[in-house]
Amino acid sequence: MLDHTRSEPATVRRPLPHDSAELHVSGEALYVDDLPEPQNLLHLAVALSPEACADIVSMNLDDVHSSPGVVAVLHSGNVPGTNDCSPTLGDDPVFADKQVHFAGQVLFAVAAESLAEARKACKRAQIEYQTKPAILTIEDAMEQKSWILEPTVLETGEAEKVLAESHNQLQGRLRTGGQDHFYLEGQIAMAVPHEAQSMQIYCSTQHPTEVQQLVAKVLGISFNGIIVEVRRMGGGFGGKETQAAQWACIAAIATRTTGRPAKLRLDRDTDMIATGKRHEFLFEYEVGFNEFGQIHALNAIMASNCGYSADLSGPINDRALLHIDNAYFFKHFKVVSYRCRTNTVSHTAFRGFGAPQAMMCIERIMDEVAAFINQDPVAIRRVNFYNKPIQNITPYKMRVTDFILFDLLKELNRTSKYQRRRKQIRAANQPGQILRKGIALTPVKFGISFTMTAFNQASALVHVYTDGSIHLNHGGTEMGQGLLIKVAQVVAEEFQVPLEQIKIAETNTSRVPNTSATAASSGSDMNGKAAQDAAQKIKQNLAVVASRLFHVTPQDVIFVNGRIVAGKQSISFQELVQETHRARIPLSATGHYRTPKIHWDRTKMSGRPFFYFGYGAAVSEVEIDTLTGEYRLVRVDILHDVGQSLNPAVDLGQVEGGFVQGAGWLTSEELWWDNTGVLRTHAPSTYKIPTCGDVPAEFFAKLWDKGRNREDSIYRSKAVGEPPFMLAISVYSAICDAISSVANYRTWPELDAPATPERILRAIHALKDMEYIA
Amino acid sequence: MDGQLLKFLLHDQIREIRAIDPTMTVLEYLRNVERLTGTKEGCAEGDCGACTVVLGELNGNALEYKAINSCIQFVPALHGKQLIAVEHLRQPDGKLHPVQQAMVDQHGSQCGFCTPGFVMSLFAMYRNGVDSSRTELDIGLSGNLCRCTGYAPIVRAANEVLPKNETDSFNQCEAETIARLKELDSTKSLSIQHNGYHCIVQTKISELKKYLASHPDSIIVAGATDVGLWVTKEHQELRKVVYVGGIRSLKKISFKNNYLNIGAAVTISEALPQLSKHFPDIYEMLIRFGSVQIRNSATVCGNIANGSPIGDLPPALIALGAKVVLESHKGKRTLDLEDFFIDYGKQNRHADEFVKEIKIPVHSSDCEFRVYKISKRYHQDISAVCGAFFIEITDARISRARICYGGMATTPKRAPNCEKALHNAIVEPAACGMAMEALQKDFSPITDFRGTSDYRMLTAMNLLRKFFLDISAEQRVSLREVSHA
Repeated sequence: MLDHTRSEPATVRRPLPHDSAELHVSGEALYVDDLPEPQNLLHLAVALSPEACADIVSMNLDDVHSSPGVVAVLHSGNVPGTNDCSPTLGDDPVFADKQVHFAGQVLFAVAAESLAEARKACKRAQIEYQTKPAILTIEDAMEQKSWILEPTVLETGEAEKVLAESHNQLQGRLRTGGQDHFYLEGQIAMAVPHEAQSMQIYCSTQHPTEVQQLVAKVLGISFNGIIVEVRRMGGGFGGKETQAAQWACIAAIATRTTGRPAKLRLDRDTDMIATGKRHEFLFEYEVGFNEFGQIHALNAIMASNCGYSADLSGPINDRALLHIDNAYFFKHFKVVSYRCRTNTVSHTAFRGFGAPQAMMCIERIMDEVAAFINQDPVAIRRVNFYNKPIQNITPYKMRVTDFILFDLLKELNRTSKYQRRRKQIRAANQPGQILRKGIALTPVKFGISFTMTAFNQASALVHVYTDGSIHLNHGGTEMGQGLLIKVAQVVAEEFQVPLEQIKIAETNTSRVPNTSATAASSGSDMNGKAAQDAAQKIKQNLAVVASRLFHVTPQDVIFVNGRIVAGKQSISFQELVQETHRARIPLSATGHYRTPKIHWDRTKMSGRPFFYFGYGAAVSEVEIDTLTGEYRLVRVDILHDVGQSLNPAVDLGQVEGGFVQGAGWLTSEELWWDNTGVLRTHAPSTYKIPTCGDVPAEFFAKLWDKGRNREDSIYRSKAVGEPPFMLAISVYSAICDAISSVANYRTWPELDAPATPERILRAIHALKDMEYIA
Repeated sequence: MDGQLLKFLLHDQIREIRAIDPTMTVLEYLRNVERLTGTKEGCAEGDCGACTVVLGELNGNALEYKAINSCIQFVPALHGKQLIAVEHLRQPDGKLHPVQQAMVDQHGSQCGFCTPGFVMSLFAMYRNGVDSSRTELDIGLSGNLCRCTGYAPIVRAANEVLPKNETDSFNQCEAETIARLKELDSTKSLSIQHNGYHCIVQTKISELKKYLASHPDSIIVAGATDVGLWVTKEHQELRKVVYVGGIRSLKKISFKNNYLNIGAAVTISEALPQLSKHFPDIYEMLIRFGSVQIRNSATVCGNIANGSPIGDLPPALIALGAKVVLESHKGKRTLDLEDFFIDYGKQNRHADEFVKEIKIPVHSSDCEFRVYKISKRYHQDISAVCGAFFIEITDARISRARICYGGMATTPKRAPNCEKALHNAIVEPAACGMAMEALQKDFSPITDFRGTSDYRMLTAMNLLRKFFLDISAEQRVSLREVSHA
């Protein structure tokens, strides 16, 4: 088959607009709530527990039933199949049964003729609780050894022994807060009955197959009775990987119970209260290092608040363990991961999947070491980088062979003028000054592949119709990340046809089955390869027919510029397709891809869990107000490696967007639970994601033009969804640098994330209390 | 005689509605009645901007375009106006509007859910000739949240399209639209009764007084940016609503006898130029007050009348010595603004009274006034603490001090001990130590998700210090230099 990588590609690598861009800007793009409503559609609403931990003594729903417009009330007693929508351990009841485990747990649902009636009826239940002591914090859980999953250790060398012998040591503690996904489109599902108990579900989910399976489970039917379809999501970020299923299950139960189509759309508050978020983490660490800042040994614990059930907390905490090294080599390393069970909502996947929290810890350590020996923190980072030939084994025994951060940092240093600006800032921060500046450069190394090896596969289904138009299906879902356009570019490249000839179909479990979640940044890597495989199968058929027409061998046939050519003979794509159909040769094929080279032994915590690594680095400059703790991001420079990009415009969008989302996590986005376990920040009026004004005018994000994936990924590109999120650690680090100036850089401040004005002011005052400043 | 038909233009189509739930939101109307689903619900509280639509409103013979949050605006507010949603932006030849095309060209959409809202905000800026400086963009887009793009490509789109300011189908049809809006004739009061809900859209003060005398249980609504949430968030059933936003004589801003007078129906956007002219330091507060969409609906007096302890304007206005005028069929009374706030949720207003106007004294030049708002996010956030400082200076000493804080008590409240400590003090940064200490006797703030009690107190004290540093101009003390052009 033709290798197009040798010539200049026609469609891949081009900065094409998102396939739905024109529909987005015109309001014509359809999300689930925009679909024409079936005539007798029922609207659903859910009632949530106000208690964090309690037995349900009684639940009287009579007034709910008799409320105007109510058609059905659904609860644990009338689930047709199994009352569970857990993605893993079977510990997520759709409706609370006898007990509630967190404030916000779904008690029951109401199906009514209108949404307003359903919501009003939900308030009319009479429920009696017997409250029990709730575990609300990581500290409480640690004290009571309240685990949702067993603690896990990742260890290499003799960390404790080497630490004890180390000349320079430091200890510390860091907390990183959770984060709400705040996808603009809230959770939603609509169930439409088909004949013989089967059903179609329209859902905003990153994981249609899992929704299909869980809906079948709650209905007590086989998977083949359920079709799940996703046109697009209004944002996902991990929040619709497992968290979409419950609402689809409730809609399906309503449809089964009433025989009518049913839609459940969560309002913003319910969404934020009842669905999982990024895990809050608590780190305690000690490191030993030499006078050059080279770290000999790291000994740490990381404890995360997993909430009341397992969800994806296992793999999330595993990924945290696999990323606490970030870009650094540790000869002696011991990290214990505690997965705390608390009476809060079950925390879940969120862009980075545990890695951002872990990287925050190690980046903070790098800064502390640098402050300790009074060196440039970038020099300290460089000293500790993975490096050939001896410093290239991760704590989980994977060899790092594609490390490019030395080159990348050199380039970023040059373009951002980091060194010069750091000197200027240090000189400008004078005693008595209210406003202080800070600057930091932090790198990212992020492993690409699901740690669960079986998830690293994808399928596609490509049809060519006899007019030459192409219908593209694969298992990936579109949440704004530009997956669909990238995969379409791959298919257009294969067939050498214009992109407009390809119809990108909605994701549908009946066309491409048994899919993995669109997650772990793997969407275009895997679905791109699967679609390429399908396209190549069809091309082989076309080439056979062309070779007969041209009296050449199929190997002599090439696809170029909408035509199929052999020497001086050629035929248009459309004509060849028609010839192929007349020859009774199929024009449709499935494709499949499994990520090569990876293997992972979870029990030994060793292997090669990642196909390759994504890299990047960022320089952030901030200014803080030492009277109020307010801050402003002044300038950001980013250099990020996406290999050879499939679509540089889409990839740049991921880099810029990921960075800003990460900056929000570390600054203004604060989840605040009261002391009864009730979330009090559950809408944009109280939970503050970045606005336009939080993004500096000097925001220079660039893709690394020397990037090329050393592994055989799709067109040598690299995954881009998650890695840029962690570039925002530079913002946190720069804030610490600015605070440190108040103590004339004699110490590194204590500062938990998110670095709200309050935490920043408190950090400044802590320096005062420690008499670092008068 | 009240009119019975709610009349407005849906783009270029006249809508005349007799029976409708008067607390139906404009968003619900678009999505459920017109089946125009381009406008989205992201939060139902006017904070995310996915629901942004543009209203065309007559101001004399001119047509003004205002972006608003359709999710918290009730349908009767459309009376006599033009409603423009994202579906109406394509040009007659089917081409995208220039702002839409710029968003495509600059990759301004990813998931696309916030996009219609951004497009509508950009459209309003385009029509209103807003310049594309970054400061103006940050102000103009602060009411639209995007979770995907990090805003960079949206800024690029705005930079590309706003300077063009070419004609589009809207200004081509402007004369016709104005004529049609005039024909709608919204000068008479409108009464809507539907399923036990009653709504009056008042157009005259005399009728409002009469109405409130007989219906003191009515909810008075001007911009609905607070009351809207009672319906969309708390699911309250508001059986009796009276709109005052359309009363022309309450739309007045006047300057008389050294007082700036702002009528009850004047929105924040409308008041902004005059307020900033007379009190330059209030400009930054105003551009951080909600968002453009909120400021286009919310009124200055509404921000007072709702009695919130964390309203943005009251601390500044109290520090300035503003007075509030209340009126009813029995007559008129004028209160010092600080006396209007009695306790949390309790104001000095009788049920048949309405806030008619606010009167703000404009002081001589030997005064200093500053207001600082502290919040987790710079734009469009509610204050943890807001401090407003006003001093009169005689012979380099403070002859009068009015210090008022928001977020420190159940109402916006002056700091009497602090004011006393400042009396006769020399105007220099060192003088504020005693006054900072005195503040601790004035307040015992609460802890909530916006800040702990300690942080509020510490910040309140530090703001006083900042005020002195600020007026002494020894060093820069503000992270952002924003001033009214």
